[in-house]
Amino acid sequence: MSPHTDILKTLNPKVSDRDVEISFTGVSKTWGENHVLRGLDFDVRAGEKVSIIGPSGSGKTTILRILMTLETPDVGVVTVGGDVLWDAKPGVKNKETKQTIATRRKVGMVFQQFNLFPHMTVLENVIEAPIHVLGISKADAMERAVDLLELVGLQEHMKHTPPELSGGQQQRVAIARALAMRPQVMLFDEPTSALDPELIGEVLNVIRRLATTTNMTMLMVTHEMRFAQEISDRVVMFDKGVVVEQGPPEQLFKNPQQERTQRFLKAVNPY
Amino acid sequence: MTIWDTNFAISIIPILLEGFWLTIQITFFSFLISLVVGLLVAIIRFLKIPVVSLIFDFYVSFLRGTPLLVQAYVAYFVLPQIGLTFDALPTGIVVLGLNYSAYTAEVYRAGIEQLPKGQWEASRALSLPPMRTWVRIVVPQAVRPIIPVLGNYLIMMFKDSAILSSITIIELMGTALQIGSNFYRYLEPITIAGLLYLIISFPCSLLIRRLEQRFVPTH
Repeated sequence: MSPHTDILKTLNPKVSDRDVEISFTGVSKTWGENHVLRGLDFDVRAGEKVSIIGPSGSGKTTILRILMTLETPDVGVVTVGGDVLWDAKPGVKNKETKQTIATRRKVGMVFQQFNLFPHMTVLENVIEAPIHVLGISKADAMERAVDLLELVGLQEHMKHTPPELSGGQQQRVAIARALAMRPQVMLFDEPTSALDPELIGEVLNVIRRLATTTNMTMLMVTHEMRFAQEISDRVVMFDKGVVVEQGPPEQLFKNPQQERTQRFLKAVNPY
Repeated sequence: MTIWDTNFAISIIPILLEGFWLTIQITFFSFLISLVVGLLVAIIRFLKIPVVSLIFDFYVSFLRGTPLLVQAYVAYFVLPQIGLTFDALPTGIVVLGLNYSAYTAEVYRAGIEQLPKGQWEASRALSLPPMRTWVRIVVPQAVRPIIPVLGNYLIMMFKDSAILSSITIIELMGTALQIGSNFYRYLEPITIAGLLYLIISFPCSLLIRRLEQRFVPTH
């Protein structure tokens, strides 16, 4: 049995009574003339692992950023775990509510650029939010942080600061930091795009581990097609603010139905 | 009459040192005020709160746009005419501190604005409350690279405190001027005062140059 079984178990949210974990209903977002999302309807089941692929600027990252409340939709309803995150009405300035802030806690995010706090140690990065947001005692937060850092293989670097670590190590700390908040939903925004090629594997290994051994809902924007194929229950092809095509990875990668998907897959993997 | 009277110069050193000590105290408390008020002003302006932020925009423009001497005169000689009378020393300390808060506010702003967007986003993704985000994430990272600049303002403030002699505060410059008018000898007291300012400001500026090399941003 794996030594990390215990900590992995604690990452399992109680999913029995939730079927739909994330839902987007009629969500639109515009940047000036650019329609980033056009009336998006999109659901993710509890525990489902979904990869979003598509060209740059297609709006795929915006889906994650709206879920993390880093962007506000212009119009549409977004729910997480049955609670409303956004209920945006057209023509008014939609602001976050108490409900938004409460619902956001169910979501954790791993960023392309890691975004660790460089002036704090690795351990401090991981325990900061559990102590000051969840109200966990420092001793408990530290115990759990040590387990999580062990899970991502960085227990020896607890006392180091992020600038002392490699990119791959930093991203693994960022994953541990997000997990420390016990999210039901984990978002990965191109988690390996900023990494040197030889450091990508160590980060993908951690994500694979989470995908295969926990029932967290995971939503990943990625350019790693092989990885998406391997770990996803469903792959979504996104372009110009709409879902072009979606389905099980085997089907979408081996037998894409839409011309746009065929063209995109050919372009990213010409051999 | 000799140009430089050494015995006279030695005889006035103790009283000049008393003024010097007051100058240091004034600088210390004024700098404290400018650090705290400047940070608050910078944060309020950064948050772009309607009306309030505009008022503080004006606060900064006004304090930077008028001479410290004018501000000191207004506080000490004009305010009493509308019924607001304060002792010279606290008035001087507050005027100097607020005057410099307009400059430190701008420095803090530079420090806050250079923080990468990802730091705000990570704080939000972890649901850190705004207060905690400022205290634990933003301010420590914003202050670090601006420490040398704040140090330079400390030295400038130390020298500018001489202006407070004009509102009857007998700090180092005030003491020198008083000795000069009592004995009709200005060369010795002014020279010694100048040297005393230099004894502090020169080593401090060397120290700051070393800090500049150390506090490079970590991003």
